Amino acid sequence: MEGDIAAIGKGLVYGLGAIGPGIGIGFLVGKAIESMARQPEAAGMVRTTMFLGIAFVEALALFGFVLSFIIS
Amino acid sequence: MTSLFAANTIPAPFHVPSLDEMFNFPAIWFSGTFYAINRTVILTLFAVFLASMLFLIAFRAPKIVPGKVQAIAESIVEFIREGIAIQVIGHDGAKWVPFLTTIFMFVWVNNLFEIIPGINFPPTSRMALPAFLAGLTWLTFIGVGLKHQGPKYFLNVMFPPGVPKAIYLLVTPIEIVSTFIVRPLTLAVRLFANLLAGHIMLTIVFLAVNAFLINPKGFPVGIVALAAAPLLIGFELLVGVLQAYIFTILAAVYIGSSMHAEH
Repeated sequence: MEGDIAAIGKGLVYGLGAIGPGIGIGFLVGKAIESMARQPEAAGMVRTTMFLGIAFVEALALFGFVLSFIIS
Repeated sequence: MTSLFAANTIPAPFHVPSLDEMFNFPAIWFSGTFYAINRTVILTLFAVFLASMLFLIAFRAPKIVPGKVQAIAESIVEFIREGIAIQVIGHDGAKWVPFLTTIFMFVWVNNLFEIIPGINFPPTSRMALPAFLAGLTWLTFIGVGLKHQGPKYFLNVMFPPGVPKAIYLLVTPIEIVSTFIVRPLTLAVRLFANLLAGHIMLTIVFLAVNAFLINPKGFPVGIVALAAAPLLIGFELLVGVLQAYIFTILAAVYIGSSMHAEH
């Protein structure tokens, strides 16, 4: 029984941790594409900044992923 | 996991390997000592060998009209120089190209081992390697800050200039935690978790494809899955390059940010 609760907890930690970053990356990439379409000559700069932003946002989801292994 | 398959109609449940089986390899030499060498260590050393051989062969006798190997190595260096160092750090960035190229190549070759047939294990999915690289970056950007701003570097980080005095109550703890703790932690965890997830995914998918193929009932599903599996390899190829790129660009951002005080 306790193992089942732990399994549900693991799933919840990852699932809840992924909601925010998922929304965040969606906004981020959407806005980046919008600005690339408006100003194609700035595409290189926008792309670099977009990857940087993705890296920061994604870290939160990955913390959830790693924590789901740590809790037992 | 077993109960899931026992209740099902699949007659031969495949064994889902535990994390230990996937990531822990027994020591080959010097077992039991601090210097124990296992498969991960050998792969890491092999990555160093491959990356340094590429550049040694490419630049041992450089020509004005580059050959194939030299063209590849030159395009990598130019990508780091133009795309990362100069774009992120600025004109001072050119002298950081060797450091950034070393990090990029080392991480990239280690990531590539995830999908090379016969190796199929990324040493970067063990925390030791990303943690070491993140620690190295941490020491580097603190060292650069001390060199360019002197001991005032720590003051500039903790009390960013141009902020109203009362806000320091809020800003100072956040700045300390985010610069000296969260930066190296996220740098290491990002690389580690991406490769961990990728390796787990590939292992389980390939084992499942195999289990379907050897089972007459599951054979049609197995054929479809077998045809789709290369897509996953392509995805992991992309993730490997992207993570090496992101690690390098973040190292450049951190180094660049400690060169000049924020204002």
